[in-house]
Amino acid sequence: MAQLISEQEVAHVARLARLALSAEELELYTTQLASVLGHAGDIEALDIADVAPTAHPFPLSNVFREDELRPCLDRQEVLAQAPLVESDRFRIPRILSEAQ
Amino acid sequence: MSSPAGASPTGQGPVPAASLSGSCAMSASDIAAGVRSGELSALGVLEEHLSQVERWEPEVHAFNLVTADAARARAREVDAMVAKGKDPGPLAGVPVALKDLLCTRGVPTTCSSRILAGWRPPYDATVVKKVAEAGAVAVGKANMDEFAMGSSTEHSATGPTRNPHDLKRVPGGSSGGSAAAVAAGFSALALGSDTGGSIRQPAALCGVVGVKPTYGLVSRYGLVAFASSLDQIGPFGRSVADAALALDVISGHDELDSTSLPGDPPRAASRLGRGVEGLRVGVIAELAGAEGISPDVAAALDGAAQSLAASGAKVEEISVPSVRFGLSAYYMIAPAEASSNLARYDGVRYGFRSPGQDITEMYMATRSVGFGAEVKRRIMLGTYALSAGYYDAYYGKAQKVRTLIIRDFDSAYSSFDVLLAPTSPTVAFELGAKTADPLAMYLSDVCTIPSNLAGHPAMSVPFGKGECGLPIGVQVLAPALGEPVMFQVAEALEAAAPLGTGDPHGEEAK
Repeated sequence: MAQLISEQEVAHVARLARLALSAEELELYTTQLASVLGHAGDIEALDIADVAPTAHPFPLSNVFREDELRPCLDRQEVLAQAPLVESDRFRIPRILSEAQ
Repeated sequence: MSSPAGASPTGQGPVPAASLSGSCAMSASDIAAGVRSGELSALGVLEEHLSQVERWEPEVHAFNLVTADAARARAREVDAMVAKGKDPGPLAGVPVALKDLLCTRGVPTTCSSRILAGWRPPYDATVVKKVAEAGAVAVGKANMDEFAMGSSTEHSATGPTRNPHDLKRVPGGSSGGSAAAVAAGFSALALGSDTGGSIRQPAALCGVVGVKPTYGLVSRYGLVAFASSLDQIGPFGRSVADAALALDVISGHDELDSTSLPGDPPRAASRLGRGVEGLRVGVIAELAGAEGISPDVAAALDGAAQSLAASGAKVEEISVPSVRFGLSAYYMIAPAEASSNLARYDGVRYGFRSPGQDITEMYMATRSVGFGAEVKRRIMLGTYALSAGYYDAYYGKAQKVRTLIIRDFDSAYSSFDVLLAPTSPTVAFELGAKTADPLAMYLSDVCTIPSNLAGHPAMSVPFGKGECGLPIGVQVLAPALGEPVMFQVAEALEAAAPLGTGDPHGEEAK
């Protein structure tokens, strides 16, 4: 049986999920993900095109409350948890490269 | 991060029966009654539990953090209320362990992950508030598989929890610390979360009662999300009545959780003491006979079914065909939702950051160092299942299977009040036995997953001992909001269970 997922696909997925993998990890995860996808072959093979999908167990949607002012979290308490803060804002590294 | 099988840290045996004494051996309801009447002091109860923790926690590692000082302050408050003639509530002075993915204001909440190391939430989870308002005393934050992904509590950045019945074995997972805390007498009750079996399976492996309530019955405000269409908070206790007491404290509508069910919740304890005469009980054929169910577990399930029949229930085998596909559907849906939920750990607003030259490099470094192997596996699996070209084949198919499972359950519940199944395919396995083979670990959840996919309640009740004298749990499943009848049947099983059941320190345990 052909491998269900290739190392290139795993590398692509890792990149999408912002995970850096070593060569050993890439090989290991490819084997392990293939084994889980192999198990999922049982549902892939089901002929259930006419069945409606279920995203959520109960039909609850658009739960609203009155639009009124309420106390919110304390700014200093929240900012105190951030790795890097400057002038009451979250400080992050450069977003755009020089070329952009 | 996986640990080899072997002796406990100091090479000592199981937490012995003799060490479970005083209030550590008492039920939550007896502790609460004693504290409310003034016969027991909450502080005295707490000190006995803290002594038990001090003695055995180095072996068991049920906690990421023991909050002894805050617990003492809280216990004194409870005692002061009683002294003033005020009622602290139905959990007065009851020591409770909180799974370390329940937010506790100002108290570190790590989800057993490096990426949340040191994080102190700016608010309390609704359930944390509710148990405190009912008079409970939180003793600590219980260890777990990282972000609740796992079935053994070995995928924890703080190291594995060990089963109090046999320290070479896992307690199950992901709420292994919560289950072990209750089994070892560190707390009378615990709260956990169950996405695919993470309360029921460790309850079975540790010989305690564990409940996954109906989806939406218990508020998830302040529960760190794993798979939002499946996650549910629930209690652990050493008896069915204690679990019902705890569930009735934490259930109910919460406007802070948009998935919280409206209206008054059913009372879990409302049908206790009624027996099971005339109730219709279906044994799920596909789970009773699933591949990998060990003979001791199958025998316990048979014994449970026979005991209900002997008590006057009508017990029959019932086919729920699509549950066979539950595992595959779950391992597409849960990772897909997890890959989305865990995108928030980006090193910007809270938790751990690893530096990088630009933001992408910082994201990659933070997430690669911050997450453990199992979490990375699930994020990648979920990202793959949602990606262009595979969405229909995997995620879309899994959602359709979910519809089939709900239909089959609905059909079964037209003829039966509750259903019966194994909880875990085997008794507790040894540390390291499944860490190298994720699929083998995932198969631990084969009997518990269907209830999560359907949003239905289910609970595990200890029923006898199996291989090596280790506890076995039997699972009672009910339709949505069927908690009262589920507890009614669970109580009958508890009463009929072979000797030693429910006692985590029974003589058979070696």
